[in-house]
Amino acid sequence: MPAGFSAADFLYILPELVLIGGAMLLLSLSVLVPRRDGLLLWTALATVAVTLVLVVRFFGLDVTAARGLLAIDSFAAFFKVIVLLSAALTLLMSAPYLRVEGIRVGEYYFLILCATVGMMFMASGVELITLFIGLETMAVSFYVLVGFLKPNPRSNEAAVKYFLLGGFSLGILLYGMSLIYGVTGTTSLAGIAAALRGQDTSLVLVLAVILVGAGMGFKIAAVPFHMWAPDVYEGAPTPVTAFLSVGSKAASFAMLLRIFVVGLPALAQEWSLLFYVLAVISMTVGNIAALTQSNLKRMLAYSSIAHVGYLLIGVVVRTERGVAAMLLYLGVYLFMQLGAFAIVTAQRRSDIIGDELKDLSGLSKRNPLAAFAMGFFMLSLGGIPPTAGFMGKMWLFGAAIDAGFIWLAVIAVANSALSIYYYIRVVVFMWINQEEPVGSPIVIGPAMKVALGVALLGTVVLGIYPQFLFEQAEVAARTLQGITAATVVGGQ
Amino acid sequence: MPDAYIPVMLFVLVAIGFAIFTLIISGLVQSSRYNKVKLEPYECGIEPDTDARGRYSVRYYLIAMLFVIFDVETVFMFPWAVIMDELALFGLIEMLVFLFILVLGYVYAWRKGALDWV
Repeated sequence: MPAGFSAADFLYILPELVLIGGAMLLLSLSVLVPRRDGLLLWTALATVAVTLVLVVRFFGLDVTAARGLLAIDSFAAFFKVIVLLSAALTLLMSAPYLRVEGIRVGEYYFLILCATVGMMFMASGVELITLFIGLETMAVSFYVLVGFLKPNPRSNEAAVKYFLLGGFSLGILLYGMSLIYGVTGTTSLAGIAAALRGQDTSLVLVLAVILVGAGMGFKIAAVPFHMWAPDVYEGAPTPVTAFLSVGSKAASFAMLLRIFVVGLPALAQEWSLLFYVLAVISMTVGNIAALTQSNLKRMLAYSSIAHVGYLLIGVVVRTERGVAAMLLYLGVYLFMQLGAFAIVTAQRRSDIIGDELKDLSGLSKRNPLAAFAMGFFMLSLGGIPPTAGFMGKMWLFGAAIDAGFIWLAVIAVANSALSIYYYIRVVVFMWINQEEPVGSPIVIGPAMKVALGVALLGTVVLGIYPQFLFEQAEVAARTLQGITAATVVGGQ
Repeated sequence: MPDAYIPVMLFVLVAIGFAIFTLIISGLVQSSRYNKVKLEPYECGIEPDTDARGRYSVRYYLIAMLFVIFDVETVFMFPWAVIMDELALFGLIEMLVFLFILVLGYVYAWRKGALDWV
């Protein structure tokens, strides 16, 4: 074995190896065993489940593997669990949708697993190139997944748009990384932090922070790098949209936190200000644009842009409590966002696309359970007690006030109040608007029932008892090197 | 440090200056006689008989992509072969894993009919 590697390294990347093995098995099965959609789904789900079990065991560890390229710590484990759960829920909600759209499932499940592998490396990478390769693996899988509805011009448009803008933004990100490497002479995040300690802030580094911030801002769809999001979210197959808006966002936030908090604490003043501005304009623009949308997927796209604004508060605050609150909010967001998209996915039937707001009219009569679930997810996204969304927002905004960012919290609260309008509008369409319903009745299959059940359970339980997840989030936030334990002097 | 870049700076200036100088001079001395032949893509080549924006069979692209995959494989195998002694058994196993993944992709492409020329 080459110097620096040991058998333990393979143990630490075992979850990723299992996932890659499962993905390859899926691809072989899809060509060797024809017409076995159920078998493929079960293989994919079993792979994700085994990986999840392996990852959970790494919670509480704090080591680096593979010559210091990967960190196997609670922070990585927390994000890996979020990513794997969102992959599992996406797989569960996909099958009927794929049947209606006539998508071949083998390649679809394979690409979902590949994207998940990329996300897992983004969660545990502590070196710029490793992080970038993880991001690239995820992005390339998504370029294909977004364009999976081959006869649909909107899906094609979305794929081309995502590919071109994604490639461009990765270029910007890489340019920023190269500047950091040029100044510090290392790509390891700990090495970068050590090289910059006690140094004066140079203009090159500020430029690097802006470039890396812009590249990551594109991936998390923060305003003003959000222009792709509504079109891509609308054009992509609905389960892919769900995965894109939760999995890829969570992984990108992990990467963003690692690069800035671990690698660039010397420039905390600069990047904190940058993300302050991004957070404020993201939540404001996202919420105002969502007010007038008539398409559900577009509305959820703008709503997710607003949620990125809320999540960025955790990065701006950069205290242990702030990051922990942000991780908690990501966990909450996972359940409510995927739940909402599960309903939109179920709306797709052979005779109707069903992603318009008016397609929901009269849902409370036709399928009360689906209407109730959708209503609950909407209230949670809006942050109304006793849902999980309320708890998440309370911890997050509380952390901002705690660190002295009073105005940021005020703007965020005003924005949440604004957002309630368009979430309630969905509820109004389902209960009050009793137009003649179009399309055949909604059938919710067993896999979709499980996905909806998990999402609903998560939203309810985290609304009543968020302490459990918050404690895990605190452990995860504490393992992030360079995190400020106590309150920092905040407030610009 | 900035001193080292002065030759580069000079080179850029000379390059830009040369391009502008040439364009101005040739604009001054050239004679221009327009005719139909001058508008063709290749003035001295075979006369074009179809539109340049023709369509190709998608199979050309498939073959090209498969070629790139195996091209990259060879590029990767050369350095491995050179330091084979150093990498020993571990290197051999790594390469076999790499080859296995590629062969899997090849089998996939084959079964999907990417190699059938209809």
